[in-house]
Amino acid sequence: MSTTTAQAPAAGPSPGRRQAVSVLRGDIARRALRDSIIKLDPRVQVRNPVMFVVELGAVITSGTWIAQVFGQPALGGHDPAWYTFTIAIWLWLTVIFANLAEAFAEGRGRAQADTLRSMRQQTVATMQDGSTRRAEELRRGDRVVVVAGELIPGDGTVVEGIASVDESAITGESAPVIRESGGDRSAVTGGTRVLSDRIVVEITQEPGQSFLDRMINLVEGAQRRKTPNEVALGILLSGLTLIFMIVVATLRPFGLFAGTNISDTTLISLLVALIPTTIGALLSAIGIAGMDRLVRRNVLALSGRAVEASGDVDVLLLDKTGTITIGNRLASEFVPMPGVSEVELAEVAQLASLADETPEGRSIVVLAKRYGIREHDLTQMHAEFVPFTAQTRMSGVDIDGQRLRKGAGDAVIAMVAAEGGQPPAELRQTLDRIAGEGGTPLAVARDNQVLGVVYLKDTVKEGMRQRFDQLRAMGIRTIMITGDNRLTAKKIAAEAGVDDFLAEATPEKKLELIREQQAAGRMVAMTGDGTNDAPALAQADVGVAMNTGTQAAREAGNMVDLDSNPTKLIEIVEVGKQLLITRGALTTFSIANDVAKYFAILPAIFISTYATVRGGKGPLSVLNVMGLGDPRSAVISAIVFNAIVIPLLIPISLRGVSYRPVGASALLRRNLLIYGLGGLAAPFIGIKLIDLIVHNLLGA
Amino acid sequence: MTVYGWGLIVVFALVLTALALPLGRYMAAVYTGQRTFMDPLLARPEHLLYRVIGVRVDRGQDWKRYATSLIAFSLVGWLLLYFILRTQTLWSFTGLNPMGYHSMPWNVAFNTVSSFLTNTNWQYYGGETTMSYFSQMAGLAVQNFVSAAVGISVAVALIRGIVTHVATSERDSAKAHSIGNFWQDLVRTVLYVLLPISLIIALILLSQGVIENFSRYLSFTGITHIAQTLAMGPVASQEAIKLLGTNGGGFFNTNSAHPFENSNGLTNFVEMLAVLLIPAALVFTYGRMTGNRRQGYAIYATMMLMFLGAAAVCYIAEAHGSPAQHVAGLHTAVRAGTTGGNMEGKEQRFGIAGSALFNVVTTVTSCGAVNSALESFTGIGGAVPFANLSASEVIFGGVGTGLYSILLYVLLAVFLGGLMVGRTPEYIGKKVEAREIKLVALGILITPLSALFSTALATATRAGRASIDTAIAHGPQAFSETLYAYLSQANNNGSAFAGYSGFVQPVAGNVGSHGITFADLLGGFTMLFARYAPILFALAVAGTLVNKRVSPAGLGTMRTDNPTFVVLLIGVIVLVGALTFFPALLLGPIVQGLTGHLY
Repeated sequence: MSTTTAQAPAAGPSPGRRQAVSVLRGDIARRALRDSIIKLDPRVQVRNPVMFVVELGAVITSGTWIAQVFGQPALGGHDPAWYTFTIAIWLWLTVIFANLAEAFAEGRGRAQADTLRSMRQQTVATMQDGSTRRAEELRRGDRVVVVAGELIPGDGTVVEGIASVDESAITGESAPVIRESGGDRSAVTGGTRVLSDRIVVEITQEPGQSFLDRMINLVEGAQRRKTPNEVALGILLSGLTLIFMIVVATLRPFGLFAGTNISDTTLISLLVALIPTTIGALLSAIGIAGMDRLVRRNVLALSGRAVEASGDVDVLLLDKTGTITIGNRLASEFVPMPGVSEVELAEVAQLASLADETPEGRSIVVLAKRYGIREHDLTQMHAEFVPFTAQTRMSGVDIDGQRLRKGAGDAVIAMVAAEGGQPPAELRQTLDRIAGEGGTPLAVARDNQVLGVVYLKDTVKEGMRQRFDQLRAMGIRTIMITGDNRLTAKKIAAEAGVDDFLAEATPEKKLELIREQQAAGRMVAMTGDGTNDAPALAQADVGVAMNTGTQAAREAGNMVDLDSNPTKLIEIVEVGKQLLITRGALTTFSIANDVAKYFAILPAIFISTYATVRGGKGPLSVLNVMGLGDPRSAVISAIVFNAIVIPLLIPISLRGVSYRPVGASALLRRNLLIYGLGGLAAPFIGIKLIDLIVHNLLGA
Repeated sequence: MTVYGWGLIVVFALVLTALALPLGRYMAAVYTGQRTFMDPLLARPEHLLYRVIGVRVDRGQDWKRYATSLIAFSLVGWLLLYFILRTQTLWSFTGLNPMGYHSMPWNVAFNTVSSFLTNTNWQYYGGETTMSYFSQMAGLAVQNFVSAAVGISVAVALIRGIVTHVATSERDSAKAHSIGNFWQDLVRTVLYVLLPISLIIALILLSQGVIENFSRYLSFTGITHIAQTLAMGPVASQEAIKLLGTNGGGFFNTNSAHPFENSNGLTNFVEMLAVLLIPAALVFTYGRMTGNRRQGYAIYATMMLMFLGAAAVCYIAEAHGSPAQHVAGLHTAVRAGTTGGNMEGKEQRFGIAGSALFNVVTTVTSCGAVNSALESFTGIGGAVPFANLSASEVIFGGVGTGLYSILLYVLLAVFLGGLMVGRTPEYIGKKVEAREIKLVALGILITPLSALFSTALATATRAGRASIDTAIAHGPQAFSETLYAYLSQANNNGSAFAGYSGFVQPVAGNVGSHGITFADLLGGFTMLFARYAPILFALAVAGTLVNKRVSPAGLGTMRTDNPTFVVLLIGVIVLVGALTFFPALLLGPIVQGLTGHLY
């Protein structure tokens, strides 16, 4: 068996983080500007009722202005043409700013997509029978041969051979990875390059639905569907728009009753100032940017719904090995049973581990060498390797009719008992002692005799406790999943600081646990890579498949982590929460803004209503608390503020409101203070400042 | 301002809370089918009633059936009351029409029937000059009971939608689950809650001089040597349910300012308690039914804070007097023997605090009873009832309606707050999603829509302006009267800034009288729409919530039972109310509050 591995030095960008594409990049900015004009198309705007109302207002005021200029000044009421014109311009700008926000968000995604698209070059696939076919014509079930230096033509599973593959194009990680048939590292992605050896790949996708295609669609937002919360918020915004339309429409007769004729232009301005244009303009940008933030963390969500759901996660299932612990449980001691020598135990343990390529298996072989036992060559010994399965929880070899096994304590005891053997009394003690110390005991047996125990030690990764504390503060419980027995699991669980654990886990038990949690109303997230994880990944509300995993796992989950970093879930949850918080915060801000706008526009409208001197100032003029220069400048200032707050908030919507893992109450207080009270106060200052400029311009 | 005045407000709030807590517990037992101490007395008549109506109450109803029963019941009630009012002379044989009054015209009857059916009790007529005792008792009082019971039933159904936990095994998204049985809720409310408490209140009122008889009106010559008529009637029994059911329709034209309806300071206090008792108790009932009493306390705190705020503003404004009074050089300061302030339109026996508090009590709820002339309040004091109505009757609100209305606002606050903590918003473990938000938005839209739209129609049309007596009101005062009329009818409140009329009655007894069709019909439809549309939305919300699975609360869940949420909820209610009604209020009470000019 050839085991050439090309271990290229790890270089290049730090793994796991794509760079955010700057919105200030020239090409993106130019394209966004162009798109923001194209998006003025009413067929586009009608999908966003808030902005559609603004656009309608812009059309009407523009029409009024044109009529005023061409000899129908009466249409503008008492308004001079320049006023109507100014309002019209700013209403158009409001819509354009909204479009710009969306276009910027899309532009960043598109830039990511372009990089991806460049990988989807014309590849010619060599079929197993030697014929060739164009990559985009490959169908599910086709088998292709890929040799060193070639691009893999499509997503699939390695069915034959082993190779090192450069996946940097999709993961950003420059170190090549091993892909081999069978096992949990068999999935390959189209567009990645084979660096060594030759593999046969069975294609698992239909044309146009490859991983790369889906990724491009996602980051471009081309097939973006509104997420449930986004739909609900959209309805609320439409409802508010409707209320304000009634308020403004009835103000006309109310004004006339008080002897005040309010012009259409001013009424439209009031309406636009009141309806939640800020959040209405930024809503879709926030959604697109959320997806983009995930992609930058090298996570591909297969739907926006999954991203949103990740913010709701209550329970996190984490595999112990490799996630919570370093994962390489290494053999540190052989503990023989009475009447067995250490050397004998070491030899059997070594034989049973020779074909075991796991770090644990290798560490046993290494430890055995200290007893002077040389490596045996299995091929000369008529040995038959018995692989580990989740059901037997044992592995080993059959040599010359002898069955050598190593595995979980109770599994081995059960096997020995089934064959009529009697496990020594000391065995249970030893198993418990090792487990109690946080180690993993592996019982070693030959036929019906238990020879002893291999002591495997595992260590908890650094910083895990803090992460779990963080999660707990966010309201998320962590459950550690492990195949270890209860005692071992308990010890490690306590050391790592998880909330709960599932010991002696089998795929069935895992699935059952998820169902149980869900039945109690909790949202469950988990990571997985193996084929036997697939059912659980599919059942979980948020299932993150490791990119190194099998194709089955990748298809079962609703997200794929390209870095295959199981703790990534924590970041995913944060992105999900940030997405919702940003929407909620900007909605609150948008509504709170209205108070100041009232105090700007209403005193301006009713400045001389019920004045004792005709044309003088009436009682309502005292409501001009901001001391705005004159009525027209006040209305214009409110509209200008309303418009420019949109581009000012684009960075926040693309970046997301900052999220800190504190409890919900603290978070709510903080956001209410910043976006609620801030939203009340900000426009008072903003409108006043704008008025100082506008009023002076008008006065000049 | 006096110590007595502030003391009255504080003592009232304390006594109310002390009475509402046990009543809330009792009502929770009534609506969850637990045994109460009233069972030995009422269980048999209750089941007899079910047999009479011909309903089986052991079967629950999904929200559509519940709503259908409610609408059918209301429709029959409407027709029956209209029939009674339009055939008033026909019932003279009962001896309950001693003055021989004729029926009111069709348009006024339409308005009145819609008014009492919807728990509004808006009255374009004066009771003692229009209604026979029979109409008052068999017609109006019956609706005072059942319209209150309908409101409470809807609130209870919505609570069930929120708290019912359908087990996963039984949950079926295609099947709509039960939110209770309308007939059972209706009957139990009347029998177990409204009748016993009304009886107690009526007895207290009787003991203080409120009358109860079937006598002809008395004639006498007063000290000014002018022949006068003193109206009589079975007042105490009607008065109790008028207040307890937050109905507010006075037996007499001057409502609770009349000594035979409200004789002294004690009856005034009892009447105010009667108004707020059930709305306040229902909040505690709600807390108990959710299994977390703090949920109820949070809503109670929200309501109480807003209520006390309104009472304080109104009292301070009235005690201070209006700018116009200051301009005219009237004494408004507290001096020996007087309370100072604005006593115009107030009864001496209630004083400024007793009038201001009564005014706030009846306008935060949908009661609409008055013991003083609202139109004589100062600009700011008079703006308080406007503001209360603008809050869409969620500060305690009408019996039942207050709770289900504020729950819609709660869902809105939960949605905004939930997003701000980064989770799909949840309330009592149930997710608030697109469908709920749609219903909530529609529910909240109704009051502004109907109030503003009707006012616009009434002020913009000649037919609408016909209701304003331009000899005594113009400008902002005329606008205030019109706005208040429709705000009151849209909120199913019923109190009035007098002056806006829909009925012209030259002499008592309806001979030669005629209604103002525009005002009567517009008001009638406004009341019906503003009552039944929110009921349907609230029941629909109950219907969608009942099917939802319940998630346990964690640290990441936004809590709805702590001070932060109370602040958020108050913010949402004030903001929605202010943003909707500020422009309209500007042209009425606010202008008047800002000017020394009298309109």
